[in-house]
Amino acid sequence: MTTMASLSMPFASGLRRLFGNRAMLFGAIILAIVILAALLAPWVAPYAPNKLSIINKLKPPSMTNFFGTDEFGRDIFSRAIFAGRISLLVSLGVVVISTVLGVILGVAAGFFRRLDAPISRLLDAMMSFPDILLAIALVAALGPSLTTVILALGITYAPRLARIVRGSTLVLRELPYIEAAVAMGLPTWQILARHVLLNLASPILVQATFVFASAMLAEASLSFLGVGVSTDMPTWGTMLASGREYMNNAPWLMVFPGLAIVFSVLSLQLLGDGLRDLVDPRLAKES
Amino acid sequence: MARIAQALLKRLGGMAIVLALVVTVVFIIVRVTPGDPAAVMLGSDATPADIAQLRTKMGLDAPLLMQYGQFVLGILQGDLGQSIFLNQPVTTALAARAEPTFFLTLFSILIAVGIALPVGILSAVKRGTVFDQIVVTLTMVAASVPSFWLGLILIQVFAVGQGWFPASGYGGPETPFLERLHHLVLPAVALGVVNSALITRFTRAAMLDVLGDDYVRTARAKGAGEGRVILKHALKNAMIPIITVIGLSVAMLVAGAVVTETVFGLPGVGNLVVSAVLRRDYPVIQGALLVVAAIYVLINFIVDMLYILVDPRVRL
Repeated sequence: MTTMASLSMPFASGLRRLFGNRAMLFGAIILAIVILAALLAPWVAPYAPNKLSIINKLKPPSMTNFFGTDEFGRDIFSRAIFAGRISLLVSLGVVVISTVLGVILGVAAGFFRRLDAPISRLLDAMMSFPDILLAIALVAALGPSLTTVILALGITYAPRLARIVRGSTLVLRELPYIEAAVAMGLPTWQILARHVLLNLASPILVQATFVFASAMLAEASLSFLGVGVSTDMPTWGTMLASGREYMNNAPWLMVFPGLAIVFSVLSLQLLGDGLRDLVDPRLAKES
Repeated sequence: MARIAQALLKRLGGMAIVLALVVTVVFIIVRVTPGDPAAVMLGSDATPADIAQLRTKMGLDAPLLMQYGQFVLGILQGDLGQSIFLNQPVTTALAARAEPTFFLTLFSILIAVGIALPVGILSAVKRGTVFDQIVVTLTMVAASVPSFWLGLILIQVFAVGQGWFPASGYGGPETPFLERLHHLVLPAVALGVVNSALITRFTRAAMLDVLGDDYVRTARAKGAGEGRVILKHALKNAMIPIITVIGLSVAMLVAGAVVTETVFGLPGVGNLVVSAVLRRDYPVIQGALLVVAAIYVLINFIVDMLYILVDPRVRL
């Protein structure tokens, strides 16, 4: 079982593999930079994100404003760093919600045969909605706010995790030691907690990385459409939406927030790919 | 023949269950609105009389189970409700905006598949070469680019800069058809290129899977030309995962179309949904969700049926 192999993998060997996979290392470094910059935003950003300076409006990138300034003279570099906080916060919240929901649904469907058909059909139905469309419908129903966006995207991506968890649980359920645990009369919750959930950690971690990346793209799309978090908060999506009007004269307004999205999502994809290779070396050979 | 009919019936049954669940999910989504949906839709200036009138119009006065029954009955009769702000049936509003979305999705998938199939196949055949590494890197980057951002860049370069394509709009019914399609080039490229990434990766992986198989080696040993080996023997057997991912991509394209239509000012279904969300026009949101999900379920059904045609060994 690859999942167990990866769990028992010694830490040093894991690190060696991490450094052996250059693409994954690159992804990890970029992601670490984005996370650190977001966490240390008040110290890293040279200006306050909402500091207005009308005389400096729409200034191109320079040594004083690395990414230039926007239509209100606000420093785009500082805003992009602060925007990272919202994007990471939303994406992390989405991962937590979708993982909790996905694990509950996936384990229930995979472990309890009677629940498999109804839950699987429900997952099929949920996955019939394109992610952005379902998310904006949920945001419209619940009212736009930071919490709603996290909740809506969390619900939207839960079926993806549930499918993976269900698949892995189906395999685990048939393993001799689980059958033995059932035969020994171990309480179901103990079997699930000790033997099933622990072995699901690797596939969940891999899928959660991809959900993190998708959530980041989706949050940017919702903010760009004006149906995401409040426009008062700088997010990469709202920065692109407001900069759009000026893009003919000030292309830096759309270049830098866009690049921030691309690099963050790319880092997560590289990390997810690398983790998947670690979990399932067979896939690594194919790629 | 009996096998195909049996598989068809089985899949039709499954499709009906999923569609019933889709209808239920859509019904629930609007009902989870905190407070009164009618009050939310009409805003803070509405009088209690206005709210009561809208509640009656939307059927929100009836018990929940009866509302559900009426909702299902309406759908079965092709009635998706009435748009409050457009003051027309939702089906009419959707139909009026279907053309740009349909052609945008169609062209995007053609572009995505047109890029992905040859590039994915070549990348697998030339595995480990510089070309392969470039393809792997580019697909990774393309999958990380938001389609709306690529759209903005394309507008800047090819519409504003070169003036080759219109930056936005679609033209009315009086605009010649080809000119309307001309408006779709940039949005279709933006969506198609971004979505080609996933299909390319799947095509490459599926081809790598089969290229080492015995029958491919046998075909080579029998002296079949490389082109014939790749296209006839390998590709045919790699088609199932490729068809699956193309089917999946259609759903992603529809999701991408929602944002891309807004960037390019296309009067399609995506644009309709976004403006409906901003105006809290719930019947439109509900109707659009339902139609798009039903199309997706139908595409999945077609994909499943294609499996049987491509690979007779497949049992559904």
